[in-house]
Amino acid sequence: MSGQSVSIPAADGARAGLLDREGALAKLMIAPAILYIVAMIGVPFVLAVLYSLSDATTGDPTLKFVGLRNFAAALEDPVFRLSLWNTVAFTLVSQCIVVLLSRLLATALLKTFRGKWLVRFLIMLPWTAPISLGTIGWLWMLDSIFSPIDWVLRYVGLLGVPGALLGAGTNLYYLGIPGLAISSIILVDVWRILPLATVIQLAGLSSIPKDLLEAAEVDGASPWRRTLMITIPLTLPITSIAFLFGVVFTFTDLVVVYVLTRGGPVHTTQVLSSWTFFKGIEGGDLAQGAAISLFMFPVLAAVAILILRMARRTEVV
Amino acid sequence: MGCVEIRGISKLFGSVRAVDQVDLATNEGEFLVLLGPSGCGKTTLLRMIAGIEEPTEGDMVIDGRVVTHLPPRMRDIAMVFQSYALYPHMTVYKNIAFPLRARGVEKEAVRKKVEWAAGMFKIGRLLDRKPRELSGGERQRVALARAMVREPSVFLLDEPLSNLDALLRTSAREELRQFQRRVGVTTIYVTHDQVEAMGLGDRIVVMSQGKIRQIGTPMEIYLWPADTFVATFVGSPPMNLLDHGDTLLGFRPETFLPADAVEGSEGVVTYPFEVTYLEYLGAERLVYGNVGEKSHARHVVSRLPGSLTLPLEAGKTYPFAVALRDLRRFDKKSGLCREEGPS
Repeated sequence: MSGQSVSIPAADGARAGLLDREGALAKLMIAPAILYIVAMIGVPFVLAVLYSLSDATTGDPTLKFVGLRNFAAALEDPVFRLSLWNTVAFTLVSQCIVVLLSRLLATALLKTFRGKWLVRFLIMLPWTAPISLGTIGWLWMLDSIFSPIDWVLRYVGLLGVPGALLGAGTNLYYLGIPGLAISSIILVDVWRILPLATVIQLAGLSSIPKDLLEAAEVDGASPWRRTLMITIPLTLPITSIAFLFGVVFTFTDLVVVYVLTRGGPVHTTQVLSSWTFFKGIEGGDLAQGAAISLFMFPVLAAVAILILRMARRTEVV
Repeated sequence: MGCVEIRGISKLFGSVRAVDQVDLATNEGEFLVLLGPSGCGKTTLLRMIAGIEEPTEGDMVIDGRVVTHLPPRMRDIAMVFQSYALYPHMTVYKNIAFPLRARGVEKEAVRKKVEWAAGMFKIGRLLDRKPRELSGGERQRVALARAMVREPSVFLLDEPLSNLDALLRTSAREELRQFQRRVGVTTIYVTHDQVEAMGLGDRIVVMSQGKIRQIGTPMEIYLWPADTFVATFVGSPPMNLLDHGDTLLGFRPETFLPADAVEGSEGVVTYPFEVTYLEYLGAERLVYGNVGEKSHARHVVSRLPGSLTLPLEAGKTYPFAVALRDLRRFDKKSGLCREEGPS
């Protein structure tokens, strides 16, 4: 057979496959995401709205509408009001600390130093571990008898001897005293979100053109002024995104409170998600639980809108 | 005010010598151009003058004061970056005001100075805009205004025209030169564009591989290149180099002309020139070809002015000549020029 007799089909003669039809392909590719959102978020959300307007319980989940009675009852409940306050306070305090610490860490990680990979690895570690396991680790760290933190404090003489700075008792009972329990919850919240925030901040800091900082240096700005007038304004959109992501994660988190304190002592660390769970699932009052959880909705909706607007702003700069 | 003296400066990046034992001094109010191919160390040298980069060895002296280890803000210099480095979140006004505010100048004085600088570069109507709303030329003016607003004693420019289109670049060059003459600030300008260097510089510093190859006026650099690197880097097309024993003979393409057109009272050298290719460029013609014996024929270029209408054809050989006074001799081993210029 001579080479000339081999026929190569013309490109325009070939059949257009699915991969060529961009419109259909796009729909096909996005379909799983839409299905997922409808099934995992849309359906439960609609159910929550329906339950909150009914008197459903785990024993009798039939829907009999009772209007806004559940919302009114929730508002009158002092534990609910405390949970609402705690949720907002824990979230804001922990995320403010996270923004500060993550900026410090990101600034340090921009520099080159020996063992940088190890520091990075250690910082990322909390993010890779399941939250529940990490929190159980903290439960042991904060144990009322065997806490290693207490052990160290006793060892250096800050605790357990008469006249010691932190008292003469052998232990601090982190999860048993209201103030310490609240601090412990916030500490673990910070520990958990810090890796994500650091990565986001690192991306923000490294996106500032080096020229700009050098120009500011030549223009006579001191390091402090460069941070204040160049770095912070330029990274503000992305810092806000790190903050808002942290807000979403912390605001809706159940695990930390559930594992560490179960809302105690005496509801002092109760948050909306844990109170929803105790009321709705453990207490069996589905309707009341749904109503409580829906109080999170306006906050989360506002945060989501803010995130989207911020994301657009980072694109423009 | 405004003299930069560089004493034995070197900069190592790892084991790479980016700048190698450079000595250089500017004159008062001079426009000095650092010219060289990319990677020759000219920008690193400029950044060391600015204080953004610290030299590995040597000293930097500005106005008689050793500033080697001082941060940029204590050197009284201003710099325009290749990217202009305008602060994207500030208006043009705030960009220009930034160096003044960093020095704690009072508000009313800042306003006056900004208006003065903006007027000088004709950007008064842009003061409320953000950098992203400006064209390339406008950004460049804002960068210049920001650098000039506090009247520094030395003005550093890192390829400030390279982001402009060709037409704008020519007019910007002219404006920049006139502006520098008017304010009389010592200026150090980095470029890889020899046309820019020739057009702008009072003196040109040609650099290659971290070393200074030659310092001189544009005319000295062009007519009396110190070595074969300068001879071939400056001028387009570059100087022709011909093998001649242990010597390289160099001559500019525009001095290599048909034998009858060359007038040489001190004598001429004639070569049979075998034309291989012709380019008609309007104002001039470039003629490519070979001279010398077939065995060691050398490729040379001739540049004929448009007024010389002599018909030439590819494939034919013509007698071409160079006047002796236009001939330069370089040492084949070291590449150094064997003659001294008239200066």
